[in-house]
Amino acid sequence: MTRTLLTGNGAAAWGARLAEVDYVPAFPITPQTEIIETLAQWYQSGEAQGKLVTLESEHSMITAAAAAAATGVRVFTATSSQGLLYGMEMIYTVAGWRVPFVLVNVSRAVASPITLEPDHTDVLVARDSGFLQIHCATCQEVLDSVLMAYRLAEHERVRLPVIVNLDGFYLSFTREPVEIPGTDAVRPFLPAYDPENLQFRASKPISQAVAVLGGSQYSYFRYEAHLAAQQALAVYDEIAEEFNAHFGRHHGAVDAYRCDDAEILFFMIGAFATKARDAVDRLRDKGWKVGLARPRLLRPYPQDALRKLLLGTRAVVVLDQNLSMGKGGILYAELASALYGQPGAPLLLSFIGGLGGRDISPEEFYEMAKVAQKAAQDGRAPEPRLLYTSGEMRELKKLQAIALSERHEIGTRK
Amino acid sequence: MSEAVIHSMKDLPSTHLLGAGTAMCAGCGGLQAFHEIYDILGRKTVFVNAAGCMTLLSTYPFTPFRSGWLYTSMASAPAGAQGVRDALDILKQKGSITAEEDMTAVVLAGDGSSYGMGLSATSAAIERNLDFVYLCYDNEGYGNTGQQASGATPHAAMTSTTTSARGYSGYKKDLFAIWAAHQPAYVATVIGAEPLDLAKKIEKAAKLKGSRLILALAPCPTGWDFDPKLSVEVGRLAVKTGMWPLKEYVDGKVVHTRIPHPRVPVEEYLKLQGRFSHLFEPRRNESLLAQIQGHVDRYWEAAA
Repeated sequence: MTRTLLTGNGAAAWGARLAEVDYVPAFPITPQTEIIETLAQWYQSGEAQGKLVTLESEHSMITAAAAAAATGVRVFTATSSQGLLYGMEMIYTVAGWRVPFVLVNVSRAVASPITLEPDHTDVLVARDSGFLQIHCATCQEVLDSVLMAYRLAEHERVRLPVIVNLDGFYLSFTREPVEIPGTDAVRPFLPAYDPENLQFRASKPISQAVAVLGGSQYSYFRYEAHLAAQQALAVYDEIAEEFNAHFGRHHGAVDAYRCDDAEILFFMIGAFATKARDAVDRLRDKGWKVGLARPRLLRPYPQDALRKLLLGTRAVVVLDQNLSMGKGGILYAELASALYGQPGAPLLLSFIGGLGGRDISPEEFYEMAKVAQKAAQDGRAPEPRLLYTSGEMRELKKLQAIALSERHEIGTRK
Repeated sequence: MSEAVIHSMKDLPSTHLLGAGTAMCAGCGGLQAFHEIYDILGRKTVFVNAAGCMTLLSTYPFTPFRSGWLYTSMASAPAGAQGVRDALDILKQKGSITAEEDMTAVVLAGDGSSYGMGLSATSAAIERNLDFVYLCYDNEGYGNTGQQASGATPHAAMTSTTTSARGYSGYKKDLFAIWAAHQPAYVATVIGAEPLDLAKKIEKAAKLKGSRLILALAPCPTGWDFDPKLSVEVGRLAVKTGMWPLKEYVDGKVVHTRIPHPRVPVEEYLKLQGRFSHLFEPRRNESLLAQIQGHVDRYWEAAA
């Protein structure tokens, strides 16, 4: 088994290449751009076959992607953050077209303030759209997930577009050893796209994406999409088994790390979960019974798998790298709804951290575990916490003071 | 380019492709133009629709189309056409479909989309030399929501958002010139009330490759406030008064396909429409009428 050093972006591009996608509507945005540049270079050099077209916005890009999928070709596209938000009207719209294609989102925090580094608020805006979501923690997972995503999207019981998510910078620009399967190995797992009835052909007139009048017809289509998304749970499990049989790597809907006898679990998604994994190892060394539950699948929501894993533990530390203003962490709220009223439900603790690429230190993981242990002993979860150290606050105040004194000096402020 | 086959009214198609019973208003000038255009473009078309009145043509589970239809959004129909065109090209190239199965991507958009929100997507599509037809039915306002002023609204017109005694203070944006500045394969203005002129232009456009853009003035009984039976008359007067110049841009040149001579005074066109009634009632607004007439006169002096 040979492995190649690839960035997360490189792994995403390889996923698209191995899926032998026909069409890539594109638009550049940091930190995603490397994906479309890589594909463009392959297509120009003839190393891979496909057509890449640069649109003038993500809104148009997603429209073109879905229109091409509706015409019957395999489509790949990618974006980040503001781009995903700019295209959000079409994210919601095309999910209802029931067109299977894959969009890689390289997570980056959203404005304001405008910034480049990651958190998950961007991709969670797409949470209710009908797109399915797979979240990756390693570069290998990115490549593998793109291939699995096509199987999931194109499955006759699903037929929904899929977002494969990776964290900007921490994964997009980090090189890790990745096993790149050969095309011959991929084809038996992922055969050519069969568009079924999704096509425009002169001999087969069809009206797609038509309007409805009234709530009854509207509800019919919305329910259909929801039920298809729910069916994707079982379909995903089948695909994960098959993928394992083909490539020897199993990517379950929920990745459970040292959970077996764990009393306290960390619960998070994405690349920062590897930090939690490291903290789990160190805490285990000291005799703590801790583990990590990392959902890879966020839509559909793997409720049964999570219940199986979490019920019976004492406390779960939910670390949200997102923030719903005026409410709090989105993963926390979703997990609470999945566990509420279930016998053996653990205490849930909510922490917000890692916004805009802010690091989460090992000490913070230890502290969270400590707080969780105390909560378990007391039988009471503390109020949700926003991670921010006094050291950080001191640094920020210092910068503000420097800026203020400069402004006094140049006379823009008295 | 092959020989034109449309020379006179007798050459126009006598059967219509678009099914009856759609949700359009009685006397809709946009639907009239669309009927005529569809008959000439034929069945091998995929209409990529932007949000507007015509979005209601296809309402589940019915469709009046004998070809393809894809509703997109208000701002991105040209990008939808790009996706359809590229996908069909890819399928042909791979041998997955025969040339017989190919279709023409046709954007169908109103003026609200075309003059505003969709202009960036249209500009980029032309810049990529997208092989498509773009059809704008221009009823000079956001008609589907009750005729609010848009970038296509003419000076002095009353709309539901411009209700002062002088009506709309802006001037109708010159979308023909904006499109032509991109140097696409073809640009034309048409109107359903002049079916022969329209047919010749659509026939020409259909035979060209590249970006072909058609701007159809769409007399709108509900938005412009006139009796639906006058729709054709209002359309003819738009041309005879010179307010709607019939022209085309091809091979880098703009040519007027109809030069109204002598030009009928603009007030003959304006007075049929309730949206201009404040120019005549309670008393004639001579200065505003002269201003509108002057605008038209200067256009034709410059065009001569």
